[in-house]
Amino acid sequence: MADKLRTQQQLEALQSRYLGVGHADTTKFEWTSNIARDSYASYVGHPQMLAYMSVGLGQSREKTRLDFIEKMVRPVGPPPERED
Amino acid sequence: MATTSSMFMYSLSLVPSSAITQAIVGLFAGTKEQFILSASGSRLILSRLNASTGKLVTVLSTDTFSVIRSISTVRLAGSLLDYIVVTSDSGRITILEYIQKGNFFKRIHLETYGKSGVRRVIPGQYLAADPKGRALMIASAEKNKLVYVLNRNVNAELTISSPLEAHKHYALVFALIGVDVGYENPIFAALEIDYEESDQDPSGRAFEELEKHLVYYQLDLGLNHVVRKWTDTVDRTANMLFQVPGGEDGPSGVLVCAEESISYRHMDEEALRIPIPRRGGATEDSRRKRYITAGVMHKMRGDFFFLLQTEDGDLFKVKLITDEEDPSKKSLSIKYFDTVPLATALIILRSGFLFVASETGDHRVYQFEKLGDDDNETEWTSDQFSADSDEPMKPVYFQPRAYENITPFESVSCMNPMTGCRVTNLTGEDAPQIYTVSGLGARSQFKTLRHGLEVSEIVASDLPNYPSAVWTTKKTVADQYDAYIVLSFSNATLVLAVGETVEEATDTGFLTSAPTIGVQVAEDSIIQIHPRGIRQIRASGSLEEWEVPQHRTIVCATSNEKQVVVALSSGELIYFEVDTDSGGLGEYEERPQMSGTVTSLSLGDVPQGKMRSPFLAVGCDDSTVRILSVEPETCLESKSIQAVSASPTALMIMAMEDSSSGAMTLYLHIGLYSGVYLRTVVDEVTGDLSDTRTRFLGAKPVKLFSVTVQEQPAILALASRSWLGYSDNQSKAFQMTPLSYTPLEFGWNFSSEVCTEGIVGIEGQSVRIFTVDRLEENMIREAISLAHTPRAFVQNPEQALFYVGEADYNTLSKASRAKLLADEMSDQDRLPAEEFGYPRATDHWASCIEIVDPIEKKAVLETIHLEGNENICSITVAAFSSQDDESFLVVGTGVDVKVLPPSSKGGYIHIYRFLDEGRSLEFIHKTKVEEPPLTLLGFQGRLLAGVGNTLRIYELGMKQLLRKSQLPKAVPRKLVGLTTQGSRIICSDIQESVTYVVYKYADNRLISFCDDAFARWTTCTTMVDYETVAGGDKFGNVWLVRCPSKVSEVADEEGSGAHLVHEKGYLGGTSHRLDQLVHNFTQDIPTSIQKVSLVAGGRDIILWAGFQGTIGLLIPFASRDDVDFFQKLEMEMRSVDSPLTGRDHLIYRSYYVPVKGVIDGDLCERFSILKREVKERIAGELERTVREVERKIQDMRTRHAW
Repeated sequence: MADKLRTQQQLEALQSRYLGVGHADTTKFEWTSNIARDSYASYVGHPQMLAYMSVGLGQSREKTRLDFIEKMVRPVGPPPERED
Repeated sequence: MATTSSMFMYSLSLVPSSAITQAIVGLFAGTKEQFILSASGSRLILSRLNASTGKLVTVLSTDTFSVIRSISTVRLAGSLLDYIVVTSDSGRITILEYIQKGNFFKRIHLETYGKSGVRRVIPGQYLAADPKGRALMIASAEKNKLVYVLNRNVNAELTISSPLEAHKHYALVFALIGVDVGYENPIFAALEIDYEESDQDPSGRAFEELEKHLVYYQLDLGLNHVVRKWTDTVDRTANMLFQVPGGEDGPSGVLVCAEESISYRHMDEEALRIPIPRRGGATEDSRRKRYITAGVMHKMRGDFFFLLQTEDGDLFKVKLITDEEDPSKKSLSIKYFDTVPLATALIILRSGFLFVASETGDHRVYQFEKLGDDDNETEWTSDQFSADSDEPMKPVYFQPRAYENITPFESVSCMNPMTGCRVTNLTGEDAPQIYTVSGLGARSQFKTLRHGLEVSEIVASDLPNYPSAVWTTKKTVADQYDAYIVLSFSNATLVLAVGETVEEATDTGFLTSAPTIGVQVAEDSIIQIHPRGIRQIRASGSLEEWEVPQHRTIVCATSNEKQVVVALSSGELIYFEVDTDSGGLGEYEERPQMSGTVTSLSLGDVPQGKMRSPFLAVGCDDSTVRILSVEPETCLESKSIQAVSASPTALMIMAMEDSSSGAMTLYLHIGLYSGVYLRTVVDEVTGDLSDTRTRFLGAKPVKLFSVTVQEQPAILALASRSWLGYSDNQSKAFQMTPLSYTPLEFGWNFSSEVCTEGIVGIEGQSVRIFTVDRLEENMIREAISLAHTPRAFVQNPEQALFYVGEADYNTLSKASRAKLLADEMSDQDRLPAEEFGYPRATDHWASCIEIVDPIEKKAVLETIHLEGNENICSITVAAFSSQDDESFLVVGTGVDVKVLPPSSKGGYIHIYRFLDEGRSLEFIHKTKVEEPPLTLLGFQGRLLAGVGNTLRIYELGMKQLLRKSQLPKAVPRKLVGLTTQGSRIICSDIQESVTYVVYKYADNRLISFCDDAFARWTTCTTMVDYETVAGGDKFGNVWLVRCPSKVSEVADEEGSGAHLVHEKGYLGGTSHRLDQLVHNFTQDIPTSIQKVSLVAGGRDIILWAGFQGTIGLLIPFASRDDVDFFQKLEMEMRSVDSPLTGRDHLIYRSYYVPVKGVIDGDLCERFSILKREVKERIAGELERTVREVERKIQDMRTRHAW
């Protein structure tokens, strides 16, 4: 029992420390949002990728950066209705 | 592990990335001199602006082998030294100090705070320093923020605390800066959005109502913790913050830049807001709102102002004025300043220059003329506008105009973004040239690169006759500048006096009725060596003659200020020394006889503080080089001998800086009749020759001359081209670079008042004087301006012409512009697009084909604009067998293409016929296809096209292209690239690597038979051999994959290929998988790749060109021994020279996929800048000498590239 508790605690510690650490009831919405947010953060964080996409989008790098972080707010649309 | 790979490549960068992602200015050397530090790819580059020439001089360039995320300066209060703070993907914060003495970055602190990699919650994306240098804040895109407290210890060294956390869940950060609060507790300001509620609300209302906040984080230095001090709602579209000076310099606070507004915010201060003016004019969309994308705050004499730049490149001067009588009353004002290229960083230097690190294309240096204080530009102030961000603002308009406040001064060549690169030899030179297309919009360029040093010619004048040699000489040793230029002809000598003008001099004492063999100034006399003897011309005007014994002539001579040696036609050597008292020549009695005719001689320069050079080098026509001693005790005794492959035509003993010993080393340079050049080290005591390095300079006998360039001794080697040998500024490694100049026949140092470090040379009938100004740049770049962003280019198969397909998104096409301008035309609409950009319009495309002649006319010959909102996405030349193998230009276009989300109304394939040997094009017809054809390729007298994920073969018809065969779903998503050999076609997918397809001619059938197990977002591919493909992907990797030989054989078996078709697919793909041979992370995104040989007689290598302007090489290893050697060396280098930012080199090169079969040459080459004792230790581990290790490293480069 103590083992289980410790595992549980470790998991919780990870969940609070890192975003996107899943749990048994992770929904599709949470999972896809996390992936999308991770991707956008990566595009913004790698200068060469940001520049590449900006040229493709025909806009300035700063605008692309703003758009991408803005997309992190709601990357995959609104969350599904909750069924309680 | 990597050791199991069957193929090994040595990865080198030939041209480093030229894109600047961030740039800062600071007093990094601790002196008053300002330096610019820029982050460019994985490199940190420190440069200085030469105020007199306006040239940006690179002082230090260091590869950090990491993704540099952010850089900042930090200066402790009261100090004059700026430290450099770097955050990278190492998960560590690095504080560096630039050490001017020794020219390197010293790492002072390296603090680990998180995982490596560029991740959403690992801080480092944003970095802000307190203006008083007391704290640093680093933040991630989401949630995490850390604060480090900086201090100084008793030894005045910088100390750093453990981090304090200021995390907040669901907080997205848009910008972060340090607020200037003087000496109060440090405050950092962040632009944040809290998305917690939006994430929980299915109705989407919370998302609509989300607000963006300006948050002040205060570090309480007393309590040592961080609090959210203050938050304020700002414009939802806010994207940037700027620091407003505080303390004694200003009111403190921040400027918040958002879509079409700039507002001033601070605690307990009233908000102020001004609009960002829009451009007026007939072609401008009057509803388009602008963002601020870059800016700089400049403080001067108690005053300050901001220069902020919009997406169009327009600079605005923003001022915050505090009412003198009522300090609580403030106002913000904005007015148009000037227009410069869109910048990633703007830097104002105290010397009155503005450095613009361009987002795309060349960087610029401008000089300030004035600060826009008294001009007629409209100024808008915050009094006219409400500060409430919800209230709409009435748009204001301005008219851009030509430069008024600044003038362009210099331009720094930059190839970012590079979209195409082709290496080919169109000029018939020894080495091929690199042709590239790069840049964005109207600032796009077609650039030709060739290896060489830029030469500036001062004089070139023709003589009545063909001279054979030229010398310059002073009148006495003590003189500063040369007095005479001596030209030798076949039967005469001409002396020119150097003064204000250069004119013929008579009565100089020179023997003019015979040719000259050598001229030397010794003490206060000039020595002229001619075939019949030696004449000494004293300063007093008296002449002394020494005559050759009868029936003999002097064939060859060498001299320095103290010694003269001549070789007679009989093979005898005669040695003279200049008498220190009388200044006369004293002959040594012995005359040693050489084994053959002496072809060349060299005495070195007299070392400082010595009486004579200790060695004489003698080259004979029996292909030997001897070193003789000329010390008094052992005069003309043979010390050592070396056999060479051909008769030596030139010798030069010279002391040069050397990376192996870290001091001056004596070298013997040897030029051979066969065009080979050798450099060997002369032992200063024994005269032994060792460490010979060979290089082929061109098919002509080599002549060698000692010259001075940039205050260092250099060697001028003349063969079929002129080369300069010098030691590299940073690594001190010896480099041999061709001069970009006509091939010379003879050269000599030239020094006068006008040009202190010149070179005089002869070429045919003309005498030329020139200088070499820059040794740090060994590439010559020639640029031709293009109209729009190049997307693809192709070379004419027979002519030296290129066809560039260009397209700009969100830009008005030429036709629409003309339509809008038909009604009215203001001055603004006539402004050049190179400086002011094209008018923009959402989802519009401006696209054209340009014919570029980079060799003869060096210009664009013709431009064909496309209409109907088409954009060019591919271009190729294909020969059609139905038209008697005539070649046509084939261009693929898309119609009404939208980039995000991707959509289009199909595309076209245009066919153009070449007219006037390709100098002009005639439109034949175009064929509609359902999606834009992203790739086209000529194939067996037909055309291959990738349309969506379908591979098609077209035949050329009279009215349109005729579909002959197709393979639907040739690749899983979208076909973006094609290469072919024989019947094999390599299709690359936008996301899913490459698929091998075979074309069965008998059946007219395309069958895919092998694909990859990896998802590679392929950008470019080339076939290295029939089984192997090299390619690059969008994440910055270069790789090689190979089809198993069995599979390859089966695919090519005779017959219909039924067995291939019926083979069972494996895991949803084709029946076979490719093997990965090589994989390496390069950071820059490869956009073209080619198998090519770069130097005359060199082996084939793989050359790739990256988006940010990198040109890199993959050199295959020839032997297993070399692989073992370099693997060990790389391992040693990783441990002793670990990357500056704390990134693990092995993990960096394995960023996405573990590095395989690649040895990092860029890391190995850092061996030369290590400390002497470290080098020796590594060499010891490798069981070699330092020289051998350096030689191996250098050979790897010089044998295949430069």
